[in-house]
Amino acid sequence: MSVLTEASIDTISKPANDHLHGDLLEISMGPHHPSTHGVFRMNIVLDGERVVKLKPVFGYLHRNHEKIAENETYLGSMPYTDRLDYICSITNNWAYALAVEQLAGISVPERAEYLRVITGELTRLQNHAGLIGFLLQDMGASGTPLMYAFREREKVLDLFEALTGARMMCNYMRFGGCRCDLPDGWMEQARKVVDGFPRFLDEFERLLRTNEILMARTQGVGIVTRQQAIAAGISGPMARASGVNYDLRKVDKYSIYDRFSFRVPLGEHGDVYDRYMMRLLEMRESIEILKQAMRDLPAGPIVDPNTKLRNFRPKAGEAYGRIEAPKGELGFYLISEGGPNPYRYRVRPPSLINLTLLEEMCLGQNVSDIVIILGSVDIVLGEVDR
Amino acid sequence: MNLEEIKSQIEANVPGCSLEILPNGSPSGQHSLLVDKEHALTVASFLRDGASPRFDYCSNVTGVDWPLKEISTKQKTKKLVDGVEKDVEEVIKTTTGNYLEVVYHLFSLEDRQGPLVLRMRTEDRAERVHLPSLTPVWRSADFQEREVYDLFGVLFDGHPDLRRLLMWDSFTDFPMRKDYVDPDDYEYEPTAHDEVLKRTQAHYAAQGEPSEAEGAR
Amino acid sequence: MDEQLKNELRRQGVVATTLQELYNWGRKSSIWPLNFGLACCAIEMIATTMARYDLARFGAEVFRPSPRQADLMIVAGTVTKKMAPQVVRLYNQMAEPKYVISMGACAISGGPFKQGYNVLKGIDRYIPVDVYIPGCPPRPEALLDAFLMLQRKIDEQQLTGPDRPRHLQAELPSEFTVPECSEHDLTPTRNDAIWQVPLVNISNAGKNESGRD
Repeated sequence: MSVLTEASIDTISKPANDHLHGDLLEISMGPHHPSTHGVFRMNIVLDGERVVKLKPVFGYLHRNHEKIAENETYLGSMPYTDRLDYICSITNNWAYALAVEQLAGISVPERAEYLRVITGELTRLQNHAGLIGFLLQDMGASGTPLMYAFREREKVLDLFEALTGARMMCNYMRFGGCRCDLPDGWMEQARKVVDGFPRFLDEFERLLRTNEILMARTQGVGIVTRQQAIAAGISGPMARASGVNYDLRKVDKYSIYDRFSFRVPLGEHGDVYDRYMMRLLEMRESIEILKQAMRDLPAGPIVDPNTKLRNFRPKAGEAYGRIEAPKGELGFYLISEGGPNPYRYRVRPPSLINLTLLEEMCLGQNVSDIVIILGSVDIVLGEVDR
Repeated sequence: MNLEEIKSQIEANVPGCSLEILPNGSPSGQHSLLVDKEHALTVASFLRDGASPRFDYCSNVTGVDWPLKEISTKQKTKKLVDGVEKDVEEVIKTTTGNYLEVVYHLFSLEDRQGPLVLRMRTEDRAERVHLPSLTPVWRSADFQEREVYDLFGVLFDGHPDLRRLLMWDSFTDFPMRKDYVDPDDYEYEPTAHDEVLKRTQAHYAAQGEPSEAEGAR
Repeated sequence: MDEQLKNELRRQGVVATTLQELYNWGRKSSIWPLNFGLACCAIEMIATTMARYDLARFGAEVFRPSPRQADLMIVAGTVTKKMAPQVVRLYNQMAEPKYVISMGACAISGGPFKQGYNVLKGIDRYIPVDVYIPGCPPRPEALLDAFLMLQRKIDEQQLTGPDRPRHLQAELPSEFTVPECSEHDLTPTRNDAIWQVPLVNISNAGKNESGRD
């Protein structure tokens, strides 16, 4: 089989007989670049400062999660899911647990569902807080916004650590429930964090929402239309910024999300500014969900007593389970042959698929805009490359 | 959403296509629709534009490797042995697999329905691994079909930019296939897994390197 | 000079030192790391530089985006085979003296992803590593500890004699072979000059006893 390689730069048509135009410049941005959010690489062709071609190159963090999981027991893959989107380990656990629960027909007790919602929404808070910090850092607001964002993120990580024993790799969910119950005093601490969060958001918005530079850099940049977003399978806050009303918490009503009242913010323009605002607005809705869930948390078991942890062999079949992760639709597709490990294990990575339109968004923009367009997509390379 | 209904819808609108419903034994109840590759592109366009509900959102695309597998089942039959009728156990050997499968998970954004699971199969796993690309219908299949090509070796005809996605260009294997053997770069690791230990010993045997701690303090 | 005498002089406002002490003190107090993250550990590395853990207290807050300006490479995360040539190249581009911290289980040995077909089983196969930090990911405190350990290591450097560090020995290399991605694997799969297969007894491995004699 012949090796398929990228089309050469010569295939790009240049303006004929135009002596004012210089040669096209081909640059490789990444995999080591401070603003590509990890080991992401783009092969860019520039006409002056303007992008005429952009091809993303993946795989620099391809660590074979799917292959390893197919040789691992069902439960043994749970800690690996932590390391997919390593900023939001708990929602990864949740998506995987949900897919296995669908595959094997396991029910989840009520208290566990509430714990899942509480930890899942806390994950969303810290992901979005971190993201807007990184985005502003990419825009040149060096240091300060990121420090503010990480200050808040640390408070949420403290809660995770108290609950699960780890700051980042929580490994919290089990099939049919959660791994451990809340320690003493956790709820009071969590209430404090959640009640204090709007203050951070207010501060952040006051600082930056109407900031002239921020608006000039982000408005009208990297536009994705509604039709484009649907065709390209864009999901999560990025799709909603383009006006696609599709939030799996409302659509699938998985877990117990139909019990909470919250709104789904939608954007109009689909540009970087809308995507930035979408994160800020979603955090406020997450706080609403958190307040309701913390108020209603019932007593009871945290794991379905009928679920087998050892020698867990779901009968032959397949299932695709998905949740609304902070970055978009995170799905797990599992095929069981009746054995102790899945025959096929697939992760549907929102970060990868949200990059489908990267070239379209960047064409005609400046090099400096590529960085913020990429930042507004919100990718984590552990999930893009898996 | 009823899979039978969708199947008859497609059959009425795409003449000549052969569809098959593959049942799913899991409680998830997500049965899938096997599409023949000649009509797959037409079926896909119909599902996106003409069907009710319209499946405008292709969420997940992935491959599955099914190597040749021999299944032997025992069956009791009556046979004449030396003129006397006797119960004889017969072992019937059948083979399944020997193809690569591509799975598409479709959803309808408007009607909020799904998933509709679409499958296509190649003719074998070696040479005839061509399938039509559905990227012209659903743009979201772009990177995912490239990944299926990269890891499973399915060649998508009509894909705008079919290259390896995750591994480097000069890589020649398809690592997600079940018969892929990864390069022998194992050493000792203190994991009490028999499998790991076996691989380690095989590695030392192949390399001819000392396995005993001759120089270690 | 006698330690007691030195302390006595210091009390009188006279600082006595050696060139070696001054040199090492300067080096260890301004280790500029390369702004280089690979995976999960990079997030903890960023957290270490942020307000709560504040790496700036140890003179190492100036993360340089270019390897030409950096003293320290923190290999924070899984090194895949596709990425390994770039990591080695970045290391080669750094100016001497240069140090490497191998952060996390993956950078040390491949960690949980060791079985992966695209995962390098330890960055020390290609470049020399000064400090290893176990953990998956290591906490920010562990990274701070690694910094202090590196500072101690720099503090003990001899400027003269046979034990002097690599950058003071002209005949020792400061650049290492960059592997190439070939058809199945990296070639070469390791740099034999700096890394050997660990000599271990595998006959009793997995039997609840230590595999190492």
